[in-house]
Amino acid sequence: MATASLAIVALVVAVLALGLGDYPLSPPEVLHALLGGDGFASTIVLQWRLPRVLAALVFGAALGASGAVFQSLTRNPLGSPDVIGFSTGAYTGAIVVIVSGAASAVGTALGALVGGLATALVVYLLAWRKGVHGLRLIIVGIAVTALLHSVNSWLLLRAQAEVALSASFWGAGSLALVGWSELLPGAALIAVLAVLVAGLARPLRQLELGDDAARAHGLRAEGTRLALVVLAVALTAVVTASTGPIIFVALAAPQLARRVVRSAGVPLLGAALVGGLLLLVADVVAQHVTTTPVPVGLVTLVIGGAYLISLLVAESRRTR
Amino acid sequence: MATTTPPGAVRAPRAAARTRRRVAGLVVAAVLLAVALLLSLAVGARPVALADVVRVLGGLLPGGAAPAGVAPADVAAVLDLRLPRTAAALVAGAGLGVAGAVVQAVTRNPLADPGILGVTAGSAFAVSIAVGFAGVTAASGWIWFSFVGAALAAVTVSLVGGAGRSGGSPARLTLSGIALGAVLSGITSSIVLADPRRFDAVRAWEVGSLADRGWGPVATVAPFVVAGIVLALLVSRPLDAVALGDDHASSVGVSVPLVRVAALVVVTLLAGGATAVVGPIAFLGLMVAHAARGVVGASQPWTIGLSALLGPVLLLIADVLGRVVAPPGELAAGLVTAAIGAPVLIVVARRLTGGAR
Repeated sequence: MATASLAIVALVVAVLALGLGDYPLSPPEVLHALLGGDGFASTIVLQWRLPRVLAALVFGAALGASGAVFQSLTRNPLGSPDVIGFSTGAYTGAIVVIVSGAASAVGTALGALVGGLATALVVYLLAWRKGVHGLRLIIVGIAVTALLHSVNSWLLLRAQAEVALSASFWGAGSLALVGWSELLPGAALIAVLAVLVAGLARPLRQLELGDDAARAHGLRAEGTRLALVVLAVALTAVVTASTGPIIFVALAAPQLARRVVRSAGVPLLGAALVGGLLLLVADVVAQHVTTTPVPVGLVTLVIGGAYLISLLVAESRRTR
Repeated sequence: MATTTPPGAVRAPRAAARTRRRVAGLVVAAVLLAVALLLSLAVGARPVALADVVRVLGGLLPGGAAPAGVAPADVAAVLDLRLPRTAAALVAGAGLGVAGAVVQAVTRNPLADPGILGVTAGSAFAVSIAVGFAGVTAASGWIWFSFVGAALAAVTVSLVGGAGRSGGSPARLTLSGIALGAVLSGITSSIVLADPRRFDAVRAWEVGSLADRGWGPVATVAPFVVAGIVLALLVSRPLDAVALGDDHASSVGVSVPLVRVAALVVVTLLAGGATAVVGPIAFLGLMVAHAARGVVGASQPWTIGLSALLGPVLLLIADVLGRVVAPPGELAAGLVTAAIGAPVLIVVARRLTGGAR
């Protein structure tokens, strides 16, 4: 049961991650603190580190699931909310809020949400022509991303240096500011969305077999597809609103999961587990491996980029 | 009795009409370029009358009289501020336009462009390394980094996305370019973020701005861009053959690997040089090469020639628009080209991929 082993690995890594930091703790100490022990170790684990580790797991799982839905729908291992300009749009929304002076955790999150969702909608509409097809969606996503990237740069240029700097830090994607009060609302929303996606898991599998086969089963193809896209975008939106744009997890997790779980299509649960694990590992690297902590978005960028390139190389070799 | 006219007799008038159209295209582009050049010298925070601009330029010619009756501030605006800026647009625009034409030919993808394929991101990344870690402060220093960055990005993308017997599908090549570009821009932004002073200095360049360049960068880059365009013209006929397919090209005696290497060198020189001067500018090559091909048809020599003229036109117009659209400040030319180019790309993509997966 590859999925079960993924879950176990995730838990093990989580326990190890909880032990890292300025006050190193051994796994037994961590477990003792988690299971209700008290003392300084318990404070460290429960107050300081647990929210961040949980956030990495939960947000990573949301991103992984979102990517799995996208890749299953577009039937393309490169389908992902990242290519439809969602992250850049979320960044635009956040910058507008920050630059206008109304910056607060909630305000920025709302701005990101609105920006990202509006961008996804615009890209979807622009790419729609009797249905949405792979290459056109990607190209339109590229165009909108580039346009918004310019808008972001312009907004940042006009802002004062400190404002621009803080906006740029947000744009790099970080778990550093995630405590319990940031985690719980996001996690609750993700739980709701996860239930909805799980409910549509079978129609998703049916759509993978092709629109005609799906309709033969009584499925409304375009409507189901739209609902799934909305859910996937919402999953990414919640994460982006909490942490800033974290890219490439949604892209890499589903394919990595497919290799581990060895399933024909894109495994939803496996992708979620791999996504959580990936983001957790990236966050550990971001915090402890370099001399100064870096935003986790940078680590996922490098990991994800390397993964993507290796995927494309492998694919090109296979089609030779 | 049916009479058939010999094929040659029918071909001649059609070919003549096509040549007429191509020449007309070149002439129109040249006229547009002249207009754009004059506008670029005249328009700005301190508008200078066209007649005065002509007088100032006339004073530059050997044996020309010094411009009389023109305010010294105007002369300074034209000669010191706008002339180097216009020259930069000329050099970078021609470079990016021709690079776009070559990229589209060698990838057989009408939606390709050095920006989309990550080449300009490679240049920008290398320049950020130069400024951030090697302490290079002038364009004449970082241009070498820019070339290396462009070359590495181009090689990586062609290896990753274009591998396979007849080159990768447009989708894979595009996605490789986007992936590489995203990774490189992300790292570039992080380097820039890490040091707020660096941040301030590089911010403006990062969006593709023509302001405050001075003559240094242009003078350094110009020979490379000229060399790149010359090489592009030399390899344009073989490119025509390659555009019809690798097998076709080999069958007419064209060495496909050699053409690809030459194209790589061309794109490195042109995109690397342009980015070193003005920063990464997206979509210029795409729009210009697309328009040029629309006018002159599928012929590389003509496409390259027209792109070399249209590229500066577009960049100059974008720069002029940027000066007037957001007073009292300026909107960088790179932002304007993105604002124009994104809708163009969307329209083209919708038309080209209608119904196809």
